[in-house]
Amino acid sequence: MDLELMINSFPKLLNASVITLKLLSLSLFFGLFIGLLFAIMRMSKNVILNRFAYGYSYLFRGTPLLVQIFIIYFGFGQIEFIRNSFLWIILKEPYWCAIIAFALNTGAYTSEILRSAFQTIKKGYIEAGKSLGISSKIIFYKIQIPIAIRQSLPAYGNEIILMLKGTSLASTVTLMDLTGVAKYIISTTFKPIEVFIVAGSIYLFMTFLIHNFIKFLERRYNY
Amino acid sequence: MELLAFGDTGWGDELFYATLMTIAVSITAMLIGFLFALIFTPLKLSKYKSLNLIGNFYTTVIRGVPELLVIYLFFFGGSGAIMYVASIFGYYEYIEINAFITGSFAIGIISGAYSTEVFRGAIQSIDKGQFEASKVLGIKKYIQFYKIILPQMLRLAIPNLSNVWQITLKDTSLISVTGLVEIMRQSYIAAGSTRDPLFFYSFAAVLYLLLTFLSMKLINRLEIKYSRGF
Repeated sequence: MDLELMINSFPKLLNASVITLKLLSLSLFFGLFIGLLFAIMRMSKNVILNRFAYGYSYLFRGTPLLVQIFIIYFGFGQIEFIRNSFLWIILKEPYWCAIIAFALNTGAYTSEILRSAFQTIKKGYIEAGKSLGISSKIIFYKIQIPIAIRQSLPAYGNEIILMLKGTSLASTVTLMDLTGVAKYIISTTFKPIEVFIVAGSIYLFMTFLIHNFIKFLERRYNY
Repeated sequence: MELLAFGDTGWGDELFYATLMTIAVSITAMLIGFLFALIFTPLKLSKYKSLNLIGNFYTTVIRGVPELLVIYLFFFGGSGAIMYVASIFGYYEYIEINAFITGSFAIGIISGAYSTEVFRGAIQSIDKGQFEASKVLGIKKYIQFYKIILPQMLRLAIPNLSNVWQITLKDTSLISVTGLVEIMRQSYIAAGSTRDPLFFYSFAAVLYLLLTFLSMKLINRLEIKYSRGF
């Protein structure tokens, strides 16, 4: 055990975890909107919208996240049209490529979580709202969405933790996130166990915080 | 399509063998995972607190740390650990472990943590009366497990194990960082030499979709087989 290395690498790894958290929060933010959009599409009666949303979630849940990042980062740069358009400002940055891939990926999982949450809402709630003369728009925003959010909290908490682990793949497209820096330190010092313990503890600490935060929300919005 | 030709002109045969490699690694990892689950599930269900702690430590750490970090630990630390063990027995030469073994071991440990949770959940959801009834009838402990608990447990576990299989299959793409030539690595090589990453990575995605689709079909059959009589 090389305690000195562990102590020395701790501030570096802690610094790198800021990037990890940035990647996580941005992709979750965009992913939530994508997820909500596709969940609504999945519940629509329009066959084309429904099929499209199903295909989207099947595609992103059936392929590894690594493939998705590589297609966006390496693949899209190859298309002349994209390179000449304004999109290139975003797509030439590995940072935004990673966020796009993560957001699309977590969006697919989130849409499934939200869809099942919407489906478990008791029909009585909606019928009660209707019989009180509340418009279906307000029923959706004020009754269905709050209940669905509460229902999906445990599953969504798992998804946040999966996404936290997923951000480690950003290191494969040259980003120096927590895993990227950990790999750099391992490959320069050849002390994998020490670095793993420090980096792993930081990840576990973040998982612990997320887990407890979700638990807190679950208790708070219990009904 | 020319790019996918078999033989020297295209990448078809290389990608075909890479797909076989992905399947081989996934199956090996899944089996190693079962082995770990076999050890850690009893620990998690044991009535001794200290054994529970070991089991919980394993599943919490592995499920809370990114897969890539675990792979780096094995990739950089694997041969060091083996050499350390060998040095105790008086062998001081350099030992290099094959990327296949390191990779499937790393993925196996990850897969094992998920399998452990699945088995624990399945055993816990079996009615207590089943254990008590077999005890009353004087059935031996291992016969009770093989003939009464296991068949009921498998039925409950198979849908969740199919999820673990999907996770394991997708996690094998991460082994490409160690240089093992599976689908991702082969696509990386092909993309590098033809400068057509979009095509090859998209094709890799299609291959993964095909694998998940076919394995789902197979698992559905198993599910039907084990839920006979329910």
